[in-house]
Amino acid sequence: MLHTVSKSPFSHSALDECAKFATKGSPILLIEDGVLAAKPGTKYEEKLKAVIEKNSVYALLPDIKARGIGKLIDGVKPIGYDGFVELVEQHKVVSWV
Amino acid sequence: MKFAIQVLEGPYTHQASDSAYSFVKAALDKGHEIVRIFFYHDGVINVTDKADPPQDDRNIYNQWAELGKEKKIDIVACIAASKRRGIVDSNIVEGTRISGLGQLTDMAIEADRLVTFG
Repeated sequence: MLHTVSKSPFSHSALDECAKFATKGSPILLIEDGVLAAKPGTKYEEKLKAVIEKNSVYALLPDIKARGIGKLIDGVKPIGYDGFVELVEQHKVVSWV
Repeated sequence: MKFAIQVLEGPYTHQASDSAYSFVKAALDKGHEIVRIFFYHDGVINVTDKADPPQDDRNIYNQWAELGKEKKIDIVACIAASKRRGIVDSNIVEGTRISGLGQLTDMAIEADRLVTFG
């Protein structure tokens, strides 16, 4: 199951909830303000690193660029919309909105 | 593969409409079929023909209309959500239609994947 998270972890609990429910190995894709979780040096960094231990974490590149985020937390994989579509081909989707 | 798309957020509110549109374009480019795009809650505002955004900005309403007309994608706004927001058959963009929640259920059954943006 692919989980997409579109809300910032600093204003919503979507990513926390998602991390709780996503089974080991399920991919999590950060989109829109969700990509803010992948920025190094924030208070969410340690939490995201714990998520990366259990799940593969992707972040949508156009949304990363739109927010001026340069470097990502190690282990977060940047992908474009074509990569988003490929993840959806491989998994059914839960959209955390 | 058959994809169904649900949009819960109005245009220009945040980013859901833009994300959904980009996703649909990328899916079509890869040869997938879009079974239906269903607008629910504030998402129904995506199909109004009364809006006139600045000319130097993207026109989200026309983007949906073009998908509906040119790509022959079934684009549906929920009737209950639409009536609450003053959206009726006479003020929606070409290539879209208003119908019931059953259309959401049907597309979820018919498609291989349901992706929600909101």
